Amino acid sequence: MPTFTINGESRQFDGDGDMPLLWYLRDELGLTGTKFGCGAGVCGACTAHIDGEAVRACVTPVSAAEGKKVTTIEGLHPQGDHAVQKAWRELSVPQCGFCQAGQIMQAASLLTKNPSPSDEEITAEMAGNICRCGCYERIHSAVRLAAGGV
Amino acid sequence: MLHYLEQDLKSGTPASRTLIENVSRRSFLGGALTVSGFVMAINVAPAGAREALKSYPTGAAGMPHGVITDPKIFIAISDKGDVTIVTHRSEMGTGIRTSLPLVVADEMEADWTRVKIDQAPGDEPKYGNQDTDGSRSMRHFIQPMRQCGAAMRQMLEAAAAAKWNCDIGQCKAQLHEVVNTESGEKLGYGELAQAAMSLPVPALETLKFKSQDEFRYMRKGEAKIYDLHDITTGKAIYGADIRLPGMKYAVMARPPVVGGKIKSVNSEATKKVPGVEGVFEFAGPDAPPYKFAPVGGVAVVANSTFAALKGREALEVEWDHGANAVYDTETYTKAMYETAKKPGKVIRNQGDVDKAFAEAKDTFVGEYHQAHMAQAPMEPLVAVARIVDGKVEVWAPVQSPFGARKDIAEALKIPIENVTVHVTLLGGGFGRKSKWDWMIEAVHISQKIGGAPVKLQWSREDDIQHSFYHTTSVERIEMAIDAKGKVTGWRHRSVAPSIVSTFAPDSGYQFNIEYGMGFADMPFEIANVRCENGEAKAHARIGWFRSVSNLPRAFAVQSAVAELAHKLGRDPKDMLLELLGSDRVIDPKAAGFPEDFWNYGEPYPEFPINVARLKGVVNLAAEKAGWGKTLPAGEGLGIAVHRAFASYVAMVVHVKIDKDGTIRVPEVTAAVDCGFYVNPERIRSQMEGAAVMGMSAAAYSAITFKGGAVEQSNYADFQVATMANFPQKVSVHIVEPKEGHHAGGIGEPGVPPFAPAFANAIFAASGQRLRSMPMGDKIKV
Ligand code: FES
Ligand code: FES
Repeated sequence: MPTFTINGESRQFDGDGDMPLLWYLRDELGLTGTKFGCGAGVCGACTAHIDGEAVRACVTPVSAAEGKKVTTIEGLHPQGDHAVQKAWRELSVPQCGFCQAGQIMQAASLLTKNPSPSDEEITAEMAGNICRCGCYERIHSAVRLAAGGV
Repeated sequence: MLHYLEQDLKSGTPASRTLIENVSRRSFLGGALTVSGFVMAINVAPAGAREALKSYPTGAAGMPHGVITDPKIFIAISDKGDVTIVTHRSEMGTGIRTSLPLVVADEMEADWTRVKIDQAPGDEPKYGNQDTDGSRSMRHFIQPMRQCGAAMRQMLEAAAAAKWNCDIGQCKAQLHEVVNTESGEKLGYGELAQAAMSLPVPALETLKFKSQDEFRYMRKGEAKIYDLHDITTGKAIYGADIRLPGMKYAVMARPPVVGGKIKSVNSEATKKVPGVEGVFEFAGPDAPPYKFAPVGGVAVVANSTFAALKGREALEVEWDHGANAVYDTETYTKAMYETAKKPGKVIRNQGDVDKAFAEAKDTFVGEYHQAHMAQAPMEPLVAVARIVDGKVEVWAPVQSPFGARKDIAEALKIPIENVTVHVTLLGGGFGRKSKWDWMIEAVHISQKIGGAPVKLQWSREDDIQHSFYHTTSVERIEMAIDAKGKVTGWRHRSVAPSIVSTFAPDSGYQFNIEYGMGFADMPFEIANVRCENGEAKAHARIGWFRSVSNLPRAFAVQSAVAELAHKLGRDPKDMLLELLGSDRVIDPKAAGFPEDFWNYGEPYPEFPINVARLKGVVNLAAEKAGWGKTLPAGEGLGIAVHRAFASYVAMVVHVKIDKDGTIRVPEVTAAVDCGFYVNPERIRSQMEGAAVMGMSAAAYSAITFKGGAVEQSNYADFQVATMANFPQKVSVHIVEPKEGHHAGGIGEPGVPPFAPAFANAIFAASGQRLRSMPMGDKIKV
């Protein structure tokens, strides 16, 4: 039975270990900030962290989180004031907003690994997160802004 | 869009007849309230209203349930002074949920930080039209919302005057309180709320609107979108985030070919999947037109989305694909090119085109193609439904909640009062969510499980394969050129399966809305013009996609201009300005526009095609982009302009070609003339998004059919622009509106000019002319 922490709380999962983390978070825990966009690992809407690393929750089985720390957008910062979240608000990044939790989680993971990424590194890291509304220019700028403040 | 369609299909009276009547009755607008009753009445300029807002008629009068201007419907004030403003339009990323309430708050002098926003359920008799498409929200509701705000401000002032027992003239509303200008006393909005709300609503004639220098929020662009904090913290509620006690989860398997039917179902394996609780079959519509009816199929109901998806995977369904199995994109496209070579149904005729071509010294021919596309909003379709005591309740990210409500009532044969439709945030819409097939599916599934709450989730594959697709088209443009290099004749043939086919027996021909989008309304000053529509029968559900037929038309017309410039050795921008011709308002009659010409539903005298505004944005974009500057080899600028939804947008796209042929877009310069504007910050974000969606359409996105079924299934093969290659910097320049230039649309008009400007820039950079969308993001090197 996989045990792990989710946003700091320890949890045990007794269901089908193949269940994608996404559905466990959304359907069972009600953590709906993590979004379903494609279910195939190609859009990034479902991005969450396992031990601080961005993962696609839609293609990550719950069993893969065994013994690890899962963080979702709800747990990124207690007041929602992570540097990335603040930068996002500062630049009014979102349009419809649906992709943004995934974008923010991707950016936060990038900045943990690489606190001052180059423009190219930002592009490479964020290229797997689709925004159908087309907020890429602001997303890119917001990651840079957050990097300045991290 | 649906409304115009229905109007057009009913009665044989085209939607635009209303418009033409309005035009001819214009002289009555000075005072008569008789034109079309109440709705029209509120649009009439009253003698006593302050100059600051001269009322003008809009197409809102012709929309179902028109507009409502009662502040008591839209505004509530608590005795603590908290103001709640109802927003009745759907938020899908344009910012309208912020921008319209901002208008109310500004006129009523509310403190924006003390305003809460309430999303209205689908109830048009109460709130006015709610169909959030056609870039109409600001165009149609800026006046009613200003009216609500101004009336509320005056009610608060009147309430203060009564309390102080003084003249209302010395009571001035100011940032959430009313100040007595004589005594300096103040009363907060909370203290005045009850008294103000019990006063009668002042008539439009008595309202004093704010003048521009008095605006606190409008036109400033300083207010953040209302949901910003929730969005960045994962708290914002979209369709799938609705959770009800005891809620079940469902997915459906649908016929791969539209019109297909179930032959047989084996659900043995499905029923063995742990968590699966039921499998239900649904018949689709018997025959076209399919309208917004669900296409039928097999629903799997489970205790989690995961179990439902697994259950669906285990289903064995045999389908009878039906008549549309013949649909094959390759063959169909070839046929469209052939059709476009032949004369079609004449839609617009001005002068003598045949003569112009017969006497031409030279001619130009360009054929432009676009593939089908799916809207593919980031949030796949989803709805939660339940039925309690015969009362249906649905939560969904829907663009048109009242339309959905009506159809749900009809599908269940229950009175509309027994249906409630709640609107969540929309994770994008782009036209897909102004259909509601999936909501009816959800209600039908709930019905099968005794009315228990159920969440019907569409997967991305479902979304890509069961859309109402953007049409596919061939636009063929021919120009006759005289000895002096002047264009004397213009012939445009458009061939594309029509949206009408989704709603009525398919004639193979387009209708006035489609030919009103950059085809029959072509604005060039050319003496002889003919627009023809060739036959193309639909084999898929055709629907509207952000900016609709404007996409292929702007691509064709604006590419053709640059091609002509090249042929004649002219500068593309100068060529464009020359073709646009003199500053004028186009006279639709003199220009040979069709009788039923559709002007985005707007009265033509108020929202005419103003060539000076087209030229204005061309010049502005060119100037800001440094048109004419020398660029290194492998780089180039392209320009295009288009009027859509009563707004004018020009774009200059800067293209840079990598050594391996990859087409990059370092910069886009957009000039926007949308008339009176409210929220420049969101106009910018819409233009940034339009450039990205424009690039998706121009370079990447195609839906193709084989054996009647869609060949793509997810973002892996239905591609859209990503951060790996997108328009990296979009500079937006908004034209200051002139008197009488009313608020136009913003959500859609930015998309059409991108593709032609992109193609023209690729040509400038490489000498390669691409005429088929998607063009790919690489050229041959
Ligand atoms: S939903 Fe997981 S990557 Fe798209
Ligand atoms: S903000 Fe809408 S998909 Fe990114």
